[in-house]
This record gives sequence, C-alpha cells and structure tokens, in this order.
Amino acid sequence: MIRVLLPHHLQTLASCEREVTLDVGASVTQCSILDALEARYPMLRGTVREHVTRKRRPRVRFFAAGEDVSHDSPDTELPASIAAGEQPFMIVGAVAGG
Amino acid sequence: MTAIRILVGTRKGAFILTSDVKRKQWSIDGPHFAGWEIYHVKGSPVDPNRLYVSQTSSWFGQIIQRSDDGGKTWSQPGSDGSEKPAEGGMPQGESNLFVYDTSDATGKPLTTHQWYDGTQHPWEFARVWHLEPSLDDPDTCYAGVEDAALFKTTNGGVSWHELAGLRGHETGPDWAPGAGGMCLHTVLLDPSNKDRIFCAISAAGAFRSDDRGATWKPINKGLHSEYIPDPTAEVGHCVHRIAIHPSNPNTLFMQKHWDVLRSDDGGDSWREISGNLPSDFGFPIAVHSHEPDTIYVVPILSDSLHYPPDGKLRVYRSRSGGEEWEALTKGLPQEHCYVNVLRDAMAVDTADPCGIYFGTTGGQVYASNDDGDSWEAIVRDLPAVLSVEAQTIS
Repeated sequence: MIRVLLPHHLQTLASCEREVTLDVGASVTQCSILDALEARYPMLRGTVREHVTRKRRPRVRFFAAGEDVSHDSPDTELPASIAAGEQPFMIVGAVAGG
Repeated sequence: MTAIRILVGTRKGAFILTSDVKRKQWSIDGPHFAGWEIYHVKGSPVDPNRLYVSQTSSWFGQIIQRSDDGGKTWSQPGSDGSEKPAEGGMPQGESNLFVYDTSDATGKPLTTHQWYDGTQHPWEFARVWHLEPSLDDPDTCYAGVEDAALFKTTNGGVSWHELAGLRGHETGPDWAPGAGGMCLHTVLLDPSNKDRIFCAISAAGAFRSDDRGATWKPINKGLHSEYIPDPTAEVGHCVHRIAIHPSNPNTLFMQKHWDVLRSDDGGDSWREISGNLPSDFGFPIAVHSHEPDTIYVVPILSDSLHYPPDGKLRVYRSRSGGEEWEALTKGLPQEHCYVNVLRDAMAVDTADPCGIYFGTTGGQVYASNDDGDSWEAIVRDLPAVLSVEAQTIS
C-alpha cells in the first residue's frame, strides 16, 4: 500500500486523517497515486491537479523520499521507498504569504 | 415570519447568525469550512433551507457546497451517490467543475481579454464570486465567476454549464480585471420577467439579457469613468455592484468604482445620483425591502485608501432615490475606523421595519432593525467579511 500525506485543507474536505493509504497497482507514479486518491476521495478532484488539464495546481508541491518531485513528469516512477510504503508521498500546499 | 438568518462568508470560513424577528438576540454558528475563503453563501428564495456556498482557495481551487437543512449539514452536490458514476464507478466530482463552454453547439471560442498592462490574456477560471439561486426553482442557481463568465446549474449544483453568450460578447477583448480580478460579481433576476437577467463585471460594466442568458448587451450608457482611455466607452467600467427592488425592477441602482448611479429604463441609460455623499467611491449598494426609493451605500475614501472618510464608519441613506443623502452613524464607530465594506457584504431582510446588515474587513457584522437609524455589532472579530446575505424565514 502507498502512503500519502495530505495538507490540512484537503483532510477537512475529504474528512480523512493526514495520512491515507492507497492501493495504486504496479506502476507507482504521481499520476497513478493521484488517480487512486481521486477515486477513493472524489471530492478531491480538481484540488491537487486541474480538472481538465490534470496538471498540478501551481500552489501544490509533491515530495518523495526527501526530494521535491513537483516538476518531474507525472508518469515518472517514484522511488522504491514510496512504492514499498516505507516513506509517504507528500502533497503539500506551497508556503506563500507567511 | 419566525426568524432572520444572516449568512456570512469570510476569509476563513462561513458563519450563520440567527435571531427571532425581534432581532435583539443573535446566535452565532461557525466557522463552517474553517480555513477556506467563503466568497458567498446564499439561500433559495423558494426553499430557504437550500443554501449554496462558494468555498475557494488559491491553493486547492473551487468547491461548491450545498445544504438542504439551513446549514446544519453540508455536502458537495452529487457526493451522496446521486451523481452519475465515472468509468471507475466513483462519482465524477462534477460539482466543482467550471469549464468554459467552447463547444460548437452551445459555446464560444476561448478568446482573450485585456490584461492589467493592456496586453491580451486568455480567459482562466479562478473562483466563484457570487451565487444567485433561481426565484422559482431551488435546483437552479447561477454562478458569477472570475475570469468573468456566468454559469448555471439546473440540478442543485451537481453540474454547471456556462451561458457562453456573455463571455463571447464581441466586446470581450476590451474587458479588463479590476484590482480584485476580472470577476462577475452581481447577478440580478427580474421577478417580473423570467427572460431578463442583469449582471455586472469588474471591469467591464453592466450587462442585460432578455432571453434567459443566451445573448447579452452592455448597458453602460451614462457611465463616465476617468480611469479608462474613453471615459464613456461601451465597456471597461469598473462597476462594483448593482441592485434592484423586486416591485420596481426597471429601476436599477449602481455603485461604480467612483459614482453612484441610477437607471429607470432597465439599464438602457444611467444618471449620477451621488449628490452630497462625502465620497462617491464604495462597494455595496442596497435597496430597502419596503421602500423602492430608499437606498444605502457605504462611502469609502478612494480606490487607493480603502477605508471610510475621516475614520468614521457611516452608512448613507437616501429616501429620495439618490442625490440627497443622510449619514447614519448611531452605533457605528466614529473615530479611528479604517475598515472596508466589500461589494457583496450588505443585505436587507424583509421584516418590518426593514433590517439592514453589513460586514467589514475588520470582522464585524453590523445590523439595524430600524431602517438604518441605529446600528449594533451582532458579532465582532470574525475573519474579514467577504459577503453577507439575509434570509427572512417563515
């Protein structure tokens, strides 16, 4: 199972804890994680990535295994520690405005 | 009538203030959707327990919330399973989907509008500023959005489609954002004519449809705006709010960036009625619920200084439909007050005497239960107030 950490506002929107676990399948990428997240919590559609373009929203960032992977291709395989559930995939609201 | 309910949207959540018709004791409920910007909360005129909410975030986008029990519980429309499932069997999450209609059948091409520097900029959806429920169907509601366009739902907010004739108007490339963005912030439905809809956009102006939103015409004749290259242009005016009285919907009142104006021909022409106001800059304008020629504004010093003249918070009332104004100060701070009152943050109830309500960027919601003669803060220290609506519950 893949572990995903959500920012506060998305926890309240989905009525879930900070960490959720998802069955993503064999290919563990940003795209497959977000597909699984939105299938489990449809109310999050459009909040992490745009509804139509499915691009990451500008003020959302992704971290995996201590690296900022926000600008990686959404179809790039994520590190093995994410796929193994040893470390969480982090969805973070960008810090702006203090 | 049995109760008055005030729906307050703030920078950090929604609040519901409730009183009996005496309007002396208020209960405060909230925050709902804590931490989110709530641009607008408005109830259906035919089912006051049906509330629509625009919940928005620059980080996480647009959310539509709905209540069917007067704000006790909320849901995103369609999330109860009534929405058509997608391929994977889950709801499609359409209730938050505001996509400009570019289809051949009903849409218009995604064109550009004027940007702050005068260049052209593509239309980009940012948020819903204003929700206007239908006068006769609780499942039908209009949404005014940024970048300026008008959307409509006929299924209780489960899905929204654009009335693309407005955005596609030939003057679209001349529309420009105001300081708050290029927002469609006012939607008025004519109770005497179901075909007629008014809307207003910063900074494009006022528009009218006489065919239920299919086509639109600018209605800005008589507006004079020194801050645009042609002060009497057909579009480009920063209209801040328009208001009508249900019994006399051919008369409209407007608070423009500068100037307060009036039209007596459904917006075909306007004349200035600023009269003796200490400043004719401001945001909201409201009409007394029982006196169609009694109107209220909150003068603000200027567009650079978004606070009241002389540090005194004063509502101005005209009982003559404009030109002659009186300051209403009893109960309002008359020194060291530097708050603003935003365009959707003033409302009236239909009780007798008329109740008037407004919220400030300082987090106070002031109420008058005597036509504006005196005021009292019914709640203080909320987050900055973005919108105020009043419901009179039978």
